[in-house]
Amino acid sequence: MTIVESTSSTTNKTLRFPLNAWYVAAWDREVVRKPLAVRVANQPLALYRTEDGEVVALADACWHRLAPLSMGKVVGKDGIQCPYHGIVYNSAGRCVSMPAQEVLNPSATVPSFPAVERYRFIWVWLGDPLLADPDKIPDMHQMDDPKWAGDGETIDLDCNYQLVLDNLMDLTHEEFIHTSSIGGKNISSSDFIVTHGANSVTLSRWMIDIEPVPFMRGQMNAKFPGFEGNVDRWQIIRYEFPSTICIDVGVAKTGTGAPEGDRSQGINGYVMNTISPSTDTTSRYFWAWMRNYLLDSQKLTTQIKDGIAGVFREDTAMLNAQQVAIDAMPSYEFYNLNIDAGGMWIRRLIERALEAEGAPWQPRT
Amino acid sequence: MAATNVEVWQHASVVAIDQVAIDIQRIVLEPQLPKRAEPGSHVDLKVVIDGEQDKRSYSIVESSDDGTRLTITVFKAPASRGGSVYMHGLAVGDRLEITQPLQNFPLRIGAKRYVLLAGGIGVTALVNMARTLKDARADYTLVYAGRSREAMAYLEPLREEHGENLVVHVDDEDTSLQVPALLAGLDVHTELYMCGPIRLMDAVRRQWTDSGLSYPNLRYETFGNSGWFDPEEFVVRIPRLGVEATIPTGRSMLEALESAGVDMMFDCRKGECGLCEVRVLELDGTIDHRDVFYSERQQNAATKMCCCVSRVIRTVPADGRERPAGHSLPVVTIDVS
Repeated sequence: MTIVESTSSTTNKTLRFPLNAWYVAAWDREVVRKPLAVRVANQPLALYRTEDGEVVALADACWHRLAPLSMGKVVGKDGIQCPYHGIVYNSAGRCVSMPAQEVLNPSATVPSFPAVERYRFIWVWLGDPLLADPDKIPDMHQMDDPKWAGDGETIDLDCNYQLVLDNLMDLTHEEFIHTSSIGGKNISSSDFIVTHGANSVTLSRWMIDIEPVPFMRGQMNAKFPGFEGNVDRWQIIRYEFPSTICIDVGVAKTGTGAPEGDRSQGINGYVMNTISPSTDTTSRYFWAWMRNYLLDSQKLTTQIKDGIAGVFREDTAMLNAQQVAIDAMPSYEFYNLNIDAGGMWIRRLIERALEAEGAPWQPRT
Repeated sequence: MAATNVEVWQHASVVAIDQVAIDIQRIVLEPQLPKRAEPGSHVDLKVVIDGEQDKRSYSIVESSDDGTRLTITVFKAPASRGGSVYMHGLAVGDRLEITQPLQNFPLRIGAKRYVLLAGGIGVTALVNMARTLKDARADYTLVYAGRSREAMAYLEPLREEHGENLVVHVDDEDTSLQVPALLAGLDVHTELYMCGPIRLMDAVRRQWTDSGLSYPNLRYETFGNSGWFDPEEFVVRIPRLGVEATIPTGRSMLEALESAGVDMMFDCRKGECGLCEVRVLELDGTIDHRDVFYSERQQNAATKMCCCVSRVIRTVPADGRERPAGHSLPVVTIDVS
């Protein structure tokens, strides 16, 4: 008989972050020739592009005296120069020039991290570079698929990234936090189904024959001018390791077969979310709202983005306050509800990955 | 792959010792605070020479995944400063003070092609790298040069592990390594990692520059323990401080000057950083530059030397014949910072 070791997460309010994983470091548009300073999973990085447009991610500290390379400038085809004493590194992090000496010190390097540009984001890998397989980047193809249109923003949060994953995995909070936009009284009372795989968790919820919430009614009216009446609403939330959640959302005229697969009488959006831990108690939340209708309407893109940004500000306030409470009352535990099943599976998958890396679960204090 | 060089000292037990070539012992250590060793990493450990504690660096040849077993390999150098003699005196069950793995020689993943060049005992720094490159299915060649097969550690296991990716050069079989031929086949996308005697490394460094290859693609590690010539006893004078010291073969000039009470500046103690530089005022002999700090031009000028590793020998006769014995000691007159 195999003895299964119980791994209850009750006490792990926040989590550390696996390093053998892809995290978004920035939007593609943010990384240019001029170096950009970001912090991912506690690692300060200097991001820039070579003359050929390749993205480079170096540790943001010169080998010599740890001056931030992001304060320096790019030189030559792929180099970056430390702003302090002029030491130059190439895109592999190798020193190529050193002041006042004819031979380079052979140990002069700064760590260089794998970086991949995909789905309008720059992804970095801070763990074992041998394992850095770009196929492990979570699927966010709606971001740059011509069948989809939309845009998004970045939110800087003063909370552990796991709190954001919890938030997105359990949308019953919409009913209480986002009452005036995407909430609606049917969410918390509707049933949901959770499934999980080795690297993913899916939570599906259908709400049949309900009154559309204001945001969804607006979208229906954009696609079907003059539409009135009830809808079938869906939220299919898919988490992919380590910290990406894409939510298939939409509504269709009730009784037109959406639950069976015919969404032609509705509108469909994808809420793209990927959260990068910056430090143990701060994170960067990259989101976009993509749609597959009225693709040419920049007006709609901007309206939706502005609307969702307003909705997410309500989450920001809650998440930051939640972290403050966690820090202020370290002896208080989390308790879990049935609605937390999705978030709990994420915690289980992340904890397994941390264990495999030999890292403790909890953030450093 | 963040290079970390924070020295965390701990105890380690010797759990296995065996001879892997003439005068070469494989030593397996079980550290108290295990940490997995990345390719290219080494440990520093405390040795006792003539009753005094000193520090030596040894590459990690093999590390178990969890770092609970680290293998190092030690060549008993005939002209050793004493560290290798101490190491060869160890027995199973002995305890040592060692650091957790330190990294000064990181392997970069992602190069198009790799050449790993091992000279003699320098192979110890490259065994782990070669294995990693094999596992990563990288395009690599391990070039291993030595005096004779009997003196080359791990020759057979490497042959089994790397097959045709291993190229062997043996002096006493007249298949000595020809540096120009080695470098002639390389392009600007090849990274070369080497560890071996300073003669080999100097030859490669010079040829590398002459071949127009990209200097940052040449990576090497030296623990400052070999020279162009065998060490000799020599005399150092610092007139400004009224100091005169005789440097025995088993000690460095830096150590001897420290013992003589001179307040010396230094950092790496392996000929890389240049902080222990002394100015040469007068020279009766020849400098055996063992550093990798100066360029060939600077070494030939013989006006400065890295006293942590470099030495002075009697002048080598131009015709290369044996030097006459019984000659008086070589002398270098210097000033320090």
